Amino acid sequence: MTDLTSLSLAEARQGLKAKAFTALELTDAHIFAVEKARALNAFVLETAEEARMMAQAADLRIARGEGGPLAGIPLGIKDLFATKGVRTTACSRILENFVPPYESTVTARLWHDGAVMLGKLNNDEFAMGSSNETSAFGPVVNPWRREGSDAKLVPGGSSGGSAAAVAAHLCLGATGTDTGGSIRQPAAFTGIVGMKPTYGRCSRWGIVAFASSLDQAGPFARTVRDTAILLRSMAGHDAKDTTSVDRPVPDYEAAVGQSIKGMKIGIPKEYRIDGMPAEIERLWRQGGEWLKAAGAELVEVSLPHTKYALPAYYIVAPAEASSNLARYDGVRYGARVPGRDIIEMYENTRARGFGPEVRRRIMIGTYVLSAGYYDAYYLRAQKVRTLIKRDFEECFARGVNAILTPATPSAAFGIGEKGGADPIEMYLNDIFTVTVNMAGLPGLAVPAGKDGQGLPLGLQLIGRPFDEEGLFSLGEVIEQAAGRFTPAQWW
Amino acid sequence: MSVDAATVRRIAHLARIAVKDEEVPHLQGELNAILAFVEQLSEVDVGGVEPMTSVTPMVMKKRHDVVNDGEIADVVVANAPATEDHYFLVPKVVE
Repeated sequence: MTDLTSLSLAEARQGLKAKAFTALELTDAHIFAVEKARALNAFVLETAEEARMMAQAADLRIARGEGGPLAGIPLGIKDLFATKGVRTTACSRILENFVPPYESTVTARLWHDGAVMLGKLNNDEFAMGSSNETSAFGPVVNPWRREGSDAKLVPGGSSGGSAAAVAAHLCLGATGTDTGGSIRQPAAFTGIVGMKPTYGRCSRWGIVAFASSLDQAGPFARTVRDTAILLRSMAGHDAKDTTSVDRPVPDYEAAVGQSIKGMKIGIPKEYRIDGMPAEIERLWRQGGEWLKAAGAELVEVSLPHTKYALPAYYIVAPAEASSNLARYDGVRYGARVPGRDIIEMYENTRARGFGPEVRRRIMIGTYVLSAGYYDAYYLRAQKVRTLIKRDFEECFARGVNAILTPATPSAAFGIGEKGGADPIEMYLNDIFTVTVNMAGLPGLAVPAGKDGQGLPLGLQLIGRPFDEEGLFSLGEVIEQAAGRFTPAQWW
Repeated sequence: MSVDAATVRRIAHLARIAVKDEEVPHLQGELNAILAFVEQLSEVDVGGVEPMTSVTPMVMKKRHDVVNDGEIADVVVANAPATEDHYFLVPKVVE
């Protein structure tokens, strides 16, 4: 029998259906892989016992012919999703002992469809970071290394554990959340596929909130088809999230392999930034050529407010975070550090419970919302956000179906290499992805090639609202042309 | 705009985060780096532009104002650091 961890999700689904192996065998193979890969620090909690029980239940359902769309498929869950009875920390000390008495809607949907939980995955603390280095559990190590080097690289962030686990074949897919690029950037850094759906497509209920107007859950997998399969189970209306959209969930998998003939693909000139590495420029051009060869038409487009997206994001996101994270006060849940009075108790609790990046963002958010600065910062940023969204709307109104850009301005970098002296250096990682969150659009990162040092690079496809299907069709064309990317196992 | 040391202390207090004196200069530098970065927004002409309030046009759904959950006090206080008889315990706030 072939190693069950080498299968794609679609292949595993087929094998389970054909009874070539059981869900328990499939899960055991992945549990073994997880245990062997602890050097990556991708999992912050392994739930092998529960996984075996879920796999056995899936086997029973499959035997009765009642297996759901994900019956017996082992997945990893970002530690931002509340899982009932299973510790959920957002990778923060302040939630180090938090055990949710409820299940997030997205994970509940996955379990309803028969998926198996292998454990909880590492991420930047409260999803604030682009390298997974701000986690209270320590950094995740990228399964990829530069050729001829054993230097440890970051997997990107904030969903770094999710990306590393999928790339290293520890699970068939994983959940992530994306507020400024936290699914697409780590997908690109690890050579896998990641989808940030349209705002409102997946319920945010039960996901630890960072910036509520930007946060959106989405899937990671090793192929476009697998990603489409997962999104269908994750998406859908939820009465418990008023921003969740009440519209039918299409069969995303059916879009994989659909012709892209006649689709108009915008190439935005503002994404050709100064100092962009030549290999990324080359990859971008190559991606366009692949789409063109499959019948799409390339058009140059302009998104004039692109350069303002990142600064506007660093007002809007911290502002919302400062408000969302006010709930961590040492009263209802989480750690408490005593003080002389209640105010000092709050201050001591939050000083000890939050890491430096989270403290920094809460303080920036508090400042831009404080009396006298609200109009100059927050209100202005929300106006700029309107302009960023309008740029995309005008582009789509001219018949553009989707936009092609690089996913990141560089390949994965070394642990400890960036952001030590200046936080902005780290923030610039999200320069190509953050516009999509600001406009609430869907974005797909697809691996498309390697850099000169053998590290994977990704392209990003940006779609019209709720046209995830179009992105899956286009992404499949890139995957077919570029092939798949697997790191050499060293762990 | 940039912040001075006194402003850093004021923001930290508003945010309910204890800051030690020796942390202030470092925090001040970082906050000012971020503020300098976002300063470029001032060059955008936002005249007549509505601030975004909802990224996806939608009417907020409302549910009926009825009790649809409850009687789970044990569950509600289960994660609290200090409780007594289904109450959250805090340091004395009323003299």
